[in-house]
Amino acid sequence: MHLLKLILRNTLRHKLRTLLTVLGLLVAILSFGLLQTVVDAWYSGANNAAPDRLVTRSSVSLMVPLPVHYREKIRALDGVRSVAAANWFAGVYQEPKNFFPQFAIDAVPYLAMYPEYRIPEDQLRDFLRDRKGAVVGRKLADTYGFRVGDTVPLKGTIFSGSWDFVVRAIYDGATPRTDTSQFFFHWDYLNESVRTRAPQRADQVGVFVVRVADLSRAAEISRAIDTQFSNSAVETLTETEQAFQIGFVKQTEAIVIAIRIVSFVVIFIILAVMANTMAMTARERMAEYATLKALGFGPGFLGGLIYGESLAIAAAGTLLGVALTFPVADWFARQMGTLFPVFEVSASTVQLQLACAAVVGVAAAVLPAWRAARVRIVEGLRAAG
Amino acid sequence: MPQSELAVSIHHLVKSYHRGGQVVPVLSDITLDIAAGEFVALMGPSGSGKSTLLNLIAGIDRPDSGELRVCGTDIMALNEAELADWRAGHVGFIFQFYNLMPVLTAFENVELPLLLTGLGARDRRERVGVALNMVGLSDRVDHYPSELSGGQQQRVAIARAIITDPEILVADEPTGDLDRVSAEDILGLMERMNQELGKTIIMVTHDPHAAQRARLLKHLDKGVLVD
Ligand SMILES: Nc1ncnc2c1ncn2[C@@H]1O[C@H](COP(=O)(O)OP(=O)(O)OP(=O)(O)O)[C@@H](O)[C@H]1O
Ligand SMILES: [Mg+2]
Repeated sequence: MHLLKLILRNTLRHKLRTLLTVLGLLVAILSFGLLQTVVDAWYSGANNAAPDRLVTRSSVSLMVPLPVHYREKIRALDGVRSVAAANWFAGVYQEPKNFFPQFAIDAVPYLAMYPEYRIPEDQLRDFLRDRKGAVVGRKLADTYGFRVGDTVPLKGTIFSGSWDFVVRAIYDGATPRTDTSQFFFHWDYLNESVRTRAPQRADQVGVFVVRVADLSRAAEISRAIDTQFSNSAVETLTETEQAFQIGFVKQTEAIVIAIRIVSFVVIFIILAVMANTMAMTARERMAEYATLKALGFGPGFLGGLIYGESLAIAAAGTLLGVALTFPVADWFARQMGTLFPVFEVSASTVQLQLACAAVVGVAAAVLPAWRAARVRIVEGLRAAG
Repeated sequence: MPQSELAVSIHHLVKSYHRGGQVVPVLSDITLDIAAGEFVALMGPSGSGKSTLLNLIAGIDRPDSGELRVCGTDIMALNEAELADWRAGHVGFIFQFYNLMPVLTAFENVELPLLLTGLGARDRRERVGVALNMVGLSDRVDHYPSELSGGQQQRVAIARAIITDPEILVADEPTGDLDRVSAEDILGLMERMNQELGKTIIMVTHDPHAAQRARLLKHLDKGVLVD
């Protein structure tokens, strides 16, 4: 009780110094949280992957398409529940900076495989009926103001020409972590158009998404698919959706690692600042520590004072920093539009923030507490004059 | 004089400091007995070792060799933790610069040593009240040191020194930072502590005026007692 009172009053002794340190911690913990959230956002595709979904692609590269007739052969394999073609479209909406993912899909099987995309029944019916129809995610619709019935013109890059789609449905995510930044339209429409514009590129599929009936057989079925095409013109590589997504993120792993490192550098810097503050504080109070020791207080009491003050400052900065992370991340997500499909502060990010703060609070006090515990009383008292 | 009536018993005490590989002798062969209830003034030129001797008696510094019994305890035999407990029970400190905790009120400063005893809050409050009354600061209970004059701060320090009812009070130039009037005031208070409460007081001072208030005068010169 008395120790707490002393800690509190000592903490408020240099109000400006404490305030600045708390502010520094706030900024560091907030930055750390945002950077961790960026890293999470990067992996959101992999985190959202379902274990019963496999992705089959060319074993050479994602750039090499697969013949559409593979679809029937895959579907015929034992244990396969459904198959859907999907092509990456990469159209430009008005300006190249307006990026969002677009896929041409086998609508019925594909959407059935992704129950986390929630589409109102009447809208789904309208979409299936309209060959030029499109389904867009809620976040995408909000970003560009797409409404059902709107025409969305895309300028083709992989598939040249101008393409007009009519928004027929808007899907919501089953959870806040569901990616609702995507744009889907009919693979059949893409294929028919390509057949007239560039016949040699017709009947080609980017990837097949395969749903297996029995999770425990996923690996076996992956191998069966790849064996099936092992001597064909285009050989395949089948992996779980999660492995596929991680492989995708791997290409940009250097950036993710850099962000991770920066986030910990920020923590390290604030640790140095905190340690300096605590060292300065403890040095100024050496005579007080010596007096307390002369009166009979032990190193434990002095340690309690110093660790307590350090942890109090760390706690203040951290609680503010964590509290601010949520609104700032929200604001950030809105500014970024569809660049990050999912931008949510996760529980593990908050846990990491708290852990870092605890480390900073303790580490900053180690040296001052050790010095205070060791100082000889007569030396410490000498500092009084 | 029988051992039991000696507050301090020193035989052939030696203390030196080591500075940069050199040994600086400070006290050489001090032998001194101080009876319980005595009021001793320790005088001598600057650097003669007065503070060093006082610190050894108070158990906040360690001698090199010799014998040192204080309040019947061979304090050289105690380890750090035992020595800290011993100080808390037997020695009251009065410093030249008062050494009060600036974040604590007069009341809380006086209460501080009692936190090391098992005393309950109510008993503590009562005792602190008596002590502050004794030093004439009943009306300054909630004042912080920065709100008190030097003389008043030293009175708080005296209340803190006697609060655990120790046998010995050590005072290193207790009036060194005070004006004439405040100094007289503090010396009068110390006299009362000696006469009314029977505290053994050992006071280092440069001021012959202050030394006159003591009942016994000891002179140190270059680490040796001269009478
Ligand atoms: N920590 C130390 N290291 C080295 N030498 C020291 C140390 N403390 C004291 N001394 C030396 O010991 C001698 C005695 O010091 P002490 O403080 O006991 O003197 P003093 O009689 O109290 O002097 P003053 O009247 O100036 O307070 C001095 O020469 C001093 O320089
Ligand atoms: Mg001195």
